[in-house]
Amino acid sequence: MSGILDIVYAEYNYWIYVTLMMIGFYAMIAKKNLIKKVIGANIFQTAIFLFYISLSDVTGGTAPILMGGHGGEHAADVIYTNPVPHVLILTAIVVAVSTTAVALALIIRIYNEYGSIEEDVILAARRKLQPEFSEHARQKGVAEVGRQ
Amino acid sequence: MTGFDLIAPHLPVLIVVIPLIAGFLTPIVGWIDRRLPWYWVVLAMFVVLLITGNNLVTVINSGTIQYKLGGWDPPFGIEYVIDLLNGFVCLIIAFIAFMVSIYSKESVKKEVPGKTTPFYSVFLLLITGLMGMTITGDIFNFYVFLEISSLTAYALIAMGDRGDGVVASFNYLIMGTVAASFILLGIGYLYAVTDTLNMADMQNILPGVYESKVVLAALAFFMVGFSIKVGLFPLHSWLPDAYTHAPSTASALIAGLMTKVGAYAVIRFMFGVFTPDFVINTTQMTHILAWAAALAIIVGSVLAIAQSDIKRMLAYSSISQIGYILLGVGLANMIGMEGGLLHLLNHALMKCALFLVAGAIFYKTGIRNLYQFKGLGKKMPVTTTVFLIAALSMIGVPGTVGFTSKWYLALGSVDAGQWIFVFVILLSSLLNIVYFWRIFDNIWFGHPHEIENIKRDEAPLTMLIPMVILAFLCVFFGFFAYYPVHYVIEPLSEALLGLGGVP
Repeated sequence: MSGILDIVYAEYNYWIYVTLMMIGFYAMIAKKNLIKKVIGANIFQTAIFLFYISLSDVTGGTAPILMGGHGGEHAADVIYTNPVPHVLILTAIVVAVSTTAVALALIIRIYNEYGSIEEDVILAARRKLQPEFSEHARQKGVAEVGRQ
Repeated sequence: MTGFDLIAPHLPVLIVVIPLIAGFLTPIVGWIDRRLPWYWVVLAMFVVLLITGNNLVTVINSGTIQYKLGGWDPPFGIEYVIDLLNGFVCLIIAFIAFMVSIYSKESVKKEVPGKTTPFYSVFLLLITGLMGMTITGDIFNFYVFLEISSLTAYALIAMGDRGDGVVASFNYLIMGTVAASFILLGIGYLYAVTDTLNMADMQNILPGVYESKVVLAALAFFMVGFSIKVGLFPLHSWLPDAYTHAPSTASALIAGLMTKVGAYAVIRFMFGVFTPDFVINTTQMTHILAWAAALAIIVGSVLAIAQSDIKRMLAYSSISQIGYILLGVGLANMIGMEGGLLHLLNHALMKCALFLVAGAIFYKTGIRNLYQFKGLGKKMPVTTTVFLIAALSMIGVPGTVGFTSKWYLALGSVDAGQWIFVFVILLSSLLNIVYFWRIFDNIWFGHPHEIENIKRDEAPLTMLIPMVILAFLCVFFGFFAYYPVHYVIEPLSEALLGLGGVP
């Protein structure tokens, strides 16, 4: 038993990110409410950001800001964490924010159109609104082109 | 020193920069005069087309172009690399986008009334994203451009049919976010083991760490992510709705390009980040891909038969055609690879032409149900002839582009000893005949008393010209497939499979 705990503890950051990611993934697939789907997407993306950030950590490292500052002596023996994943994740956060913005804008339009943000209600409303591609229209098969 | 000499070294990057800047200037242009954005987009796309053509010729004559952004050397800075594969795909993007931009004039005015300026702005940004995905040599830069193209595609689709377009766009957004996140995760895994983001650098470092499980996980994440992006069969659910309910112009653009760039990314990641030996022999990924593609070919064709909306039918047909491209890649031998790459070009031409025709019919009649097309052959003879050529090409009639790529794919399957794929290609061609014949039947063979009063009423010239050019190219490359094959596809397949020139 302690063996499993040791494995989990040794790389607990990965376990946290995988757990978070699965929570988000579940919300995106299983939740019927569109806003909850977007929240799920956000959790999913945040999990990946945390993965990147934990990746950049160096044991005993400090923030990647040059010690000594302007004009001073640069300390040679300082260990810094890796700044590259931080930079990448800044970009990815911007992307995630824009995705969320687009998603929320779409949800507003969906709400205006169907009066609901529940998937079931929207699906039912769409079925009702699409008579022209139904079986009836197929069998009618009139030459409507000429009448235009 | 002339002005051109100053610009010449920066030509590679301009194919991304021009659509980007033009896209952000479009609102100003539209503010001056609401009719101007169309001219503006056509001009921008024409310039981009010239530059991509020039780039490809340079690559064919003098080898790969490397462009360092900001002068930073490759492993540290972002690098744009144009090799044969890039240059070829960039030219397809630029050409299709140019054709669609000409076509868009009347169609956008009718289908997106009052929002033409935002439409064109997003249109140009979509091209920026696709171009950037294609030419970048930096794996994280790729992700950023992937998201630019995805976000703009969501916006374009949401401008389509009231209600339906928005729902389709939202579904695509959820699926696309999962795909992009998986790709981001794969990039993180590869960065963790290689400490670099440059594709070429990564390819050099990766063989040393292939036994690591992390690399395998990264490959799996990439394949799943890209499969969602290209709409490979079990992960295709976003695609039919998105293609059906987008505005006609956007459908043609997205159907012609988005999935092609996704297929390009599959090829690039399999053979340009990982090594051919790893994906073909060690992990058997190409084998898995070939079977998934074969399944997609059959299922896509069968589902297409069940549709009565022409755009939805074409969307399902896209799912099956993407299967052809990936089947060629998955066969992983010279001839199969050539077939797959050739189909990348061919399918872009055919599917774009078909979606443009569907848009033109919708523009004139407001009908998308293919059972109501009776008498259309008399009303719109040019449009329906284009449809005939492109559809015959999809079926794979000799003398059209569809035949050459299917022929290569069949030969490649025989070469790989996989006779079942030959059968799959044959069966799919027969299914193609079934679903296109229903439309031929309705367009040309109606009851005479129903169609005798129909007058000729053709789509406007700006719509006809791009369609006719695309149809002409469908036939031209059917007879003269030698040019793309000899100059681009043969050397490219050799380079991709690491054969380095046949003795």
